[in-house]
Amino acid sequence: MSGIYIHIPFCKQACHYCDFHFSTNLKYKKDIIDAICDELRFRESEFKNTTVQTIYLGGGTPSVLEVAEVEKIIQTVFDVYTVSSNPEITLEANPDDLTKEKIVAFSNTRINRLSIGVQSFFEEDLKLMNRAHNAVEAHECIEFAVPYFPNISIDLIYGIPGMSEARWRENLHKAIDLKVPHISSYALTVEDNTALKSFIEKGMIENVDDEVAQEHFQILLDVMQLHGFENYEFSNFSKPGFFSQNNTAYWTGKSYIGIGPSAHSFDGKKRGWNINNNVKYLKAIQAGELPMEIEELTVVDRYNEYIMTGLRTIYGVSLHKIETDFGPNFKEYLLKQAAEYLKDHLLYIDGDTLLVTRKGKFLSDGIASALFMVNLS
Amino acid sequence: MKNIRNFCIIAHIDHGKSTLADRLLDATQTVTKRESQAQLLDNMDLERERGITIKSHAIQMDYTAPDGEQYILNLIDTPGHVDFSYEVSRSIAACEGALLIVDAAQSIQAQTISNLYLALENDLEIIPVLNKVDLPSANPEEVTDDIVDLLGCDPSEVIPASAKTGLGIQDILDAIIERVPAPVGDPDEPLQALVFDSQYNQFRGVETIFRVINGSIKKGQHIKFVATGESYYADEIGTLKLNQVPKKEIKAGDVGYLITGIKEAKEVKVGDTITDHAKPTTNPIGGFEDVKPMVFAGIYPVDTEDYEDLRSSMEKLQLNDASLVFQAESSAALGFGFRCGFLGMLHLEIIQERLEREFDMTVITTVPNVSYHAYTHKNPDEILIVNNPSDLPEPSSLNRVEEPYIKATIITKSDFVGNVMSLCIEKRGVVTNQTYLTTERVEMTFDMPLAEIVFDFYDRLKTVSKGYASFDYAPLGMRESKLVRVDILLNAQTVDALSALIHFDNAYTIGKKMVEKLRELIPRQQFDIPVQAAIGAKIIARETIKALRKDVTAKCYGGDISRKRKLLEKQKKGKKRMRQVGNVEIPQQAFMAVLKLND
Ligand SMILES: Nc1nc2c(ncn2[C@@H]2O[C@H](COP(=O)(O)OP(=O)(O)OP(=O)(O)O)[C@@H](O)[C@H]2O)c(=O)[nH]1
Ligand code: SF4
Ligand SMILES: [Mg+2]
Repeated sequence: MSGIYIHIPFCKQACHYCDFHFSTNLKYKKDIIDAICDELRFRESEFKNTTVQTIYLGGGTPSVLEVAEVEKIIQTVFDVYTVSSNPEITLEANPDDLTKEKIVAFSNTRINRLSIGVQSFFEEDLKLMNRAHNAVEAHECIEFAVPYFPNISIDLIYGIPGMSEARWRENLHKAIDLKVPHISSYALTVEDNTALKSFIEKGMIENVDDEVAQEHFQILLDVMQLHGFENYEFSNFSKPGFFSQNNTAYWTGKSYIGIGPSAHSFDGKKRGWNINNNVKYLKAIQAGELPMEIEELTVVDRYNEYIMTGLRTIYGVSLHKIETDFGPNFKEYLLKQAAEYLKDHLLYIDGDTLLVTRKGKFLSDGIASALFMVNLS
Repeated sequence: MKNIRNFCIIAHIDHGKSTLADRLLDATQTVTKRESQAQLLDNMDLERERGITIKSHAIQMDYTAPDGEQYILNLIDTPGHVDFSYEVSRSIAACEGALLIVDAAQSIQAQTISNLYLALENDLEIIPVLNKVDLPSANPEEVTDDIVDLLGCDPSEVIPASAKTGLGIQDILDAIIERVPAPVGDPDEPLQALVFDSQYNQFRGVETIFRVINGSIKKGQHIKFVATGESYYADEIGTLKLNQVPKKEIKAGDVGYLITGIKEAKEVKVGDTITDHAKPTTNPIGGFEDVKPMVFAGIYPVDTEDYEDLRSSMEKLQLNDASLVFQAESSAALGFGFRCGFLGMLHLEIIQERLEREFDMTVITTVPNVSYHAYTHKNPDEILIVNNPSDLPEPSSLNRVEEPYIKATIITKSDFVGNVMSLCIEKRGVVTNQTYLTTERVEMTFDMPLAEIVFDFYDRLKTVSKGYASFDYAPLGMRESKLVRVDILLNAQTVDALSALIHFDNAYTIGKKMVEKLRELIPRQQFDIPVQAAIGAKIIARETIKALRKDVTAKCYGGDISRKRKLLEKQKKGKKRMRQVGNVEIPQQAFMAVLKLND
């Protein structure tokens, strides 16, 4: 079972906090779609012996594409690869693209899951982040979509400067009231080379506050739990049966291929990145080359990644898997490193599985790092 | 012997000694084009990276003068940095002449003068060389005048040169032949050779570098070291070209190396006299004063389990660097480690770096201090040597403390006299003299506590003088002083390794700066950490490191995994360089932070 991720590198306008790869210039849209289809064909051999279980169109904003363009890409996947009988096919979409007609049209394609970039139901937040949609669109698109797509996820951001605890609660309740079965929720993060960072540095926007983010996160955990959502990954909450299969594959070390500029691939041992420049990507594909950089993972790299991703999920880190996949010395090392965190109730062991406690969740990167194996030189 | 010339190259730091040595090696074809590289004699990795000479380096050149006469020239390149001035004095003792290099843009600087005096004390013939005349900023006329004033020589004796372009190199060679006296000595007397350097070779043991004064040394000869009283056989002797060249005999006046199978650097004392075992000389050479460490600091393994490894690494390092002294000690905060004595702050930095680089030892260096004399009420006349702040007796039992003073010489431009003066006064200095060397350049001398030089003096001096100040110092002896120990408490626990002895008048300001600096450097942890400075039981400053609330990134999808793993790996590496004291993790550099309070 494997996944295919397809990166659509276009957006209508740039959100202030975003450091993804995208272009607001749609000039090469058609060419890129052709190139993506070409890349799908080039890489046929990579999935010779496996069935495709998930297809994910991410970005960027895939919903800026015409429905026919999306269909063309999906059709190419089906033409080239063996797709399972009940695949999960997700389209990332932004509220401003999701008119009623477009939702209906997408529902008539093979797409069976929408991931909508709502981020907030409040005008102030949307403005501050320079989102392309407004509060009304945020609300309406979900209302329209729910009848057509039982499997919907929305993104919500917390810790936005000026966002009160009450407003954050209200955001969550709106999502619950709209009967969304899956929520991905992120703390607003100030990335390098973003407009947000420069506004904060210039004092035009208040900086994000870890203290506030931590409070909002606690609210998130409480509200989600109360309404029957499972926190199956640090930032992801789902009603039973609605886990994102595509994303779960990332966290459990499954293989996937990434198509399109800046997309990343993983075959269990090697990671690859496509070049994150639309024109260079196009030129390479047109010349029949794959513009990919490859990194081979060592055993220690794989151990570290397993710890890092494992601790973020409800699956945790299996001590048995550590022992069988990496060796008894890895298990011994891990338990030794984990001791102080177990003592401080930031980690706990359930049967064979090492997990972060609720108290440890918001510190889980630091904890993962402490469990890593590195050599100093 | 009349065709041997022994000379060293001395100067202020960076005036071009090693580069000039390169040109001489080229001109005499001692190295081939292929072997040639910039500052060839700086063969330690650290020397090459930092672009400075740390150890003196002797090399022999064969030279055919324009008149066809054959000469042997023994050259010794010396370091310019004040921490290593003992290297200069040893080299000087093996020579009859010195090239005194002066940078034509910078003119005479503090170590130009101090090294010149060292050479004059040993009656060396001085050949002044005006180097870097190719620089656009060179000031040849004025600097020549400065040199003439300093030496009382004739302007025609100053050789204009450029170690970069090769200008003047022939003139320098001619001057060496004409002006440096040939060695005097009697080849028929009993062997009398001066040990002026030694180095450690992993495979061959200790290599002793010597200069034969009288008699000669032969391969296989049964020899004796006068000071240590030990006898050996001269397994191998030879001359120092780019590589060692074994010889059967080295005669009076010449320089060479000796290998006897000695494994312990301690067995060879630089300054000792080598003589014949059966027919010893009645006239051993004066020898050198022991090098005295100026600065002390604790060196501890980051990981307590590495203590024994650290010991063996330090011992090996000492084979190479006899000026390093150390002794086991323990700290409540850091466990077992060593109190080490260094020649200065650069020496300390270099030792720390070499431990890391050559022995893969990650260490914590504690706050450096000088060596104090304490006297208690009970024994007011008995000196208690305090090389570690925690050895200072309790204030109630303390009669008085003395600290080492130095005579500091600073040469700067007249524009910066005011700035330099304020800095030195702030550093508890007292002006003792101020002389205008020229209308532009001033030499100032201060009596100053050595301890103040340790605390961010060089950097500050550089800043206040925009780089136009050079500094040299010589010990003056001990003086009584009002010193207190400022302790640092983390999470209400005293961390002895962060204690410092500070003059009472500065204790509050420095205590405050120390806690501020530590707040910046100690990473946030899962709880609030109070950082306090105290004198005895009295808290004089306080800061709090707020607890870490968020240590996780929101997103971790396919494309983030690798980047994020690398980030967390880096974090882990950083943490491995930290030391847990109580439940607080302190990064390696925090221990030295008090030295950089003004950054
Ligand atoms: N332009 C110019 N640069 C020179 C000349 N001689 C040396 N330099 C440069 O000056 C710098 C210092 O040269 P070194 O030969 O390392 O100086 P040094 O006196 O041996 O320095 P220490 O051993 O550290 O005291 C280097 O960057 C050289 O390239 C010269 O004649 N002209
Ligand atoms: S729509 Fe998504 S990808 Fe595009 S700029 Fe906004 S956050 Fe970034
Ligand atoms: Mg040099």
